[in-house]
Amino acid sequence: MTSALTNLFDGVAYGMLLFVLACGLAVTLGLMNFVNLAHGAFAMAGGYVCAVLVNQAGWPFFLGLPLAFVASAAIGAVLERLLYRHLYARSHLDQVLFSVGLVFMSVAAVDYIMGSSRIFIKLPAALEGQIDFFGVGIGRYRLMIIVICGLLTAVLQLILARTRFGSRLRAAVDDPRAASGLGINVPQVFAFTFAFGCGLAGLGGALSAEILGLDPYFPLKFMIYFLIVVTVGGSSSMTGPFLASLLLGIADVAGKYYVPKMGPFVIYTLMIVILLWRPNGLFGRTAAR
Amino acid sequence: MFIRTKMLLPIATVAAVAGMVALTPARADEAVKIGLILPMTGGQASTGKQIDNAVKLYMQQHGDTVAGKKVEVILKDDAAVPDNTKRLAQELIVNDKVGFIAGFGVTPAALAAAPLATQAKIPEIVMAAGTSIITERSPYIVRTSFTLAQSSTIIGDWAVKNGIKKVATLTSDYAPGNDALNFFKQNFTAGGGEIVEEVKVPLANPDFAPFLQRMKDAKPDAMFVFVPAGQGGNFMKQYAERGLDKAGIRVIGPGDVMDDDLLNGMGDAALGTVTAHLYSAAHPSAMNKEFVAAYKKAFGNRPGFMAVSGYDGIHLIYEALKKTGGKTDGDALVGAMKGMKWESPRGPISIDPETRDIVQNIYIRKVEKVDGELYNVEFATFEAVKDSGKTKK
Repeated sequence: MTSALTNLFDGVAYGMLLFVLACGLAVTLGLMNFVNLAHGAFAMAGGYVCAVLVNQAGWPFFLGLPLAFVASAAIGAVLERLLYRHLYARSHLDQVLFSVGLVFMSVAAVDYIMGSSRIFIKLPAALEGQIDFFGVGIGRYRLMIIVICGLLTAVLQLILARTRFGSRLRAAVDDPRAASGLGINVPQVFAFTFAFGCGLAGLGGALSAEILGLDPYFPLKFMIYFLIVVTVGGSSSMTGPFLASLLLGIADVAGKYYVPKMGPFVIYTLMIVILLWRPNGLFGRTAAR
Repeated sequence: MFIRTKMLLPIATVAAVAGMVALTPARADEAVKIGLILPMTGGQASTGKQIDNAVKLYMQQHGDTVAGKKVEVILKDDAAVPDNTKRLAQELIVNDKVGFIAGFGVTPAALAAAPLATQAKIPEIVMAAGTSIITERSPYIVRTSFTLAQSSTIIGDWAVKNGIKKVATLTSDYAPGNDALNFFKQNFTAGGGEIVEEVKVPLANPDFAPFLQRMKDAKPDAMFVFVPAGQGGNFMKQYAERGLDKAGIRVIGPGDVMDDDLLNGMGDAALGTVTAHLYSAAHPSAMNKEFVAAYKKAFGNRPGFMAVSGYDGIHLIYEALKKTGGKTDGDALVGAMKGMKWESPRGPISIDPETRDIVQNIYIRKVEKVDGELYNVEFATFEAVKDSGKTKK
């Protein structure tokens, strides 16, 4: 029983991590209707920035995390201005080819600069080990992930639903022409949203180094997980991808624990079943347009 | 006079060859070329770098001339993709006319090149890949690394004799992982041990958490682990995070997990891990101390078992060339390599004349702190271990 609870806890932590990594993609894909397969590259950038700051420059881990966010968001903003915005109006195939190319370039660049071996971020001692909570083993690091990601999700939902920026973004997505007619600077809203999504991915990358491992192949390895989160969750709100991430995280951990031989199949089976049942995702309406 | 006649012979040979094959360009120079195919990028790059470093070090120490011939190494990167390996091997053989192909970071790469070695009749020196079957795929393959059977059977025997009765296994689900698992199981259960849990982990596995939880709940005396070298660090961290060390579950396995390359970054969780392997940077011989010092000086880090395999591989090539007097006839070279014995930084080793595979000591080592760094300290030796993967057949 206690190990079932530990598994549930691990699954939730894993799911939360997936959510932070993938929610930026949910925004670009679902709200902006842009297929950005290079999303993982921004996550990787954040992870490496944090690793360099913490391991080599000796910064504390909790200062490295926000810097990972800032760095990835900055890279995202620059690339959005220089490259991405030219492709908003192009077909999805063009967007896929473009972003896949970007993935390969990022893999090669990081391999060249940082080397191909897996790197770790030095953690403060307070985050290592497990706490025994009424017999249930709770990893400190995973607990921290749940706290950070939980807070982030709440804040995101508030911004999207309650603020002026949130309503502008929703308006820009629903009908860009009408929105700009109403005086909303649509390209600016998109650019900001894109950069923010990249920043979240960067934060996720830094957080995931400990659990998923960080190496130059990160964007390729986890691309499929991000896509599953977005397709299963649907992309019309933040709630969909959030619940989908939790579902996937728990199912993946439970699958690997209870049926280790079938481990990797569980989440894909789940994805196929859900998509057959609800082609637009669990909480989907079709993306705008 | 003496020198002159010695010079004349090669020149005459060149002229004769040029005359015979008038249509193809003659081998203008007398250099012996070695095509070194290694993963220099990608997930296996640390293997490639170690071997490349070791080969460079050996050639610095021993000069680049053997038996009157200049040795030239052509390094190619296959990124551990067998298709690339095959293409590169073909280019090296056909265009560069190499006398040897060497390297091979992973088993599929070594296998992909095997038919080419057979066809071209040139020696293929396997310096890394560790599956038993490799040397059976071409009569020109000679191995200087190891086979997984060597270390896995030994750790199985050792475990039974040292009070470990119940073992849970966690191995990566690919050929070397399965080799390690099967050979361990065979010797461990034959000695009366019991496998209480068996988990195969997908090769591209992001998170060990659920598998480790399963290990913990099985409450074994020890867990037998084989994961590819690069994943060892991640594994040990999560092992400690989950408190398996405190639950009294020891880690045993073939030494790949505790590669010297990564060991020091694993942290104190690795302390006390017992593995069986062919090489430790802490091997207490004068030759090894010199080797480690030279390697550290040249490349700034410790050599691992891959570096030693590369070092011995190039040594084997040098010695074979000495025996044939510099002739690059494949059959003569392989013949010269068979049964060759020498002292390596890892200890005494030889090439089995029947299987062309390596015969070496396997050491049981425990991770300890020496001068503030983690090392695999050897405490028991099994001498002249052959590859049991083949001898059983």
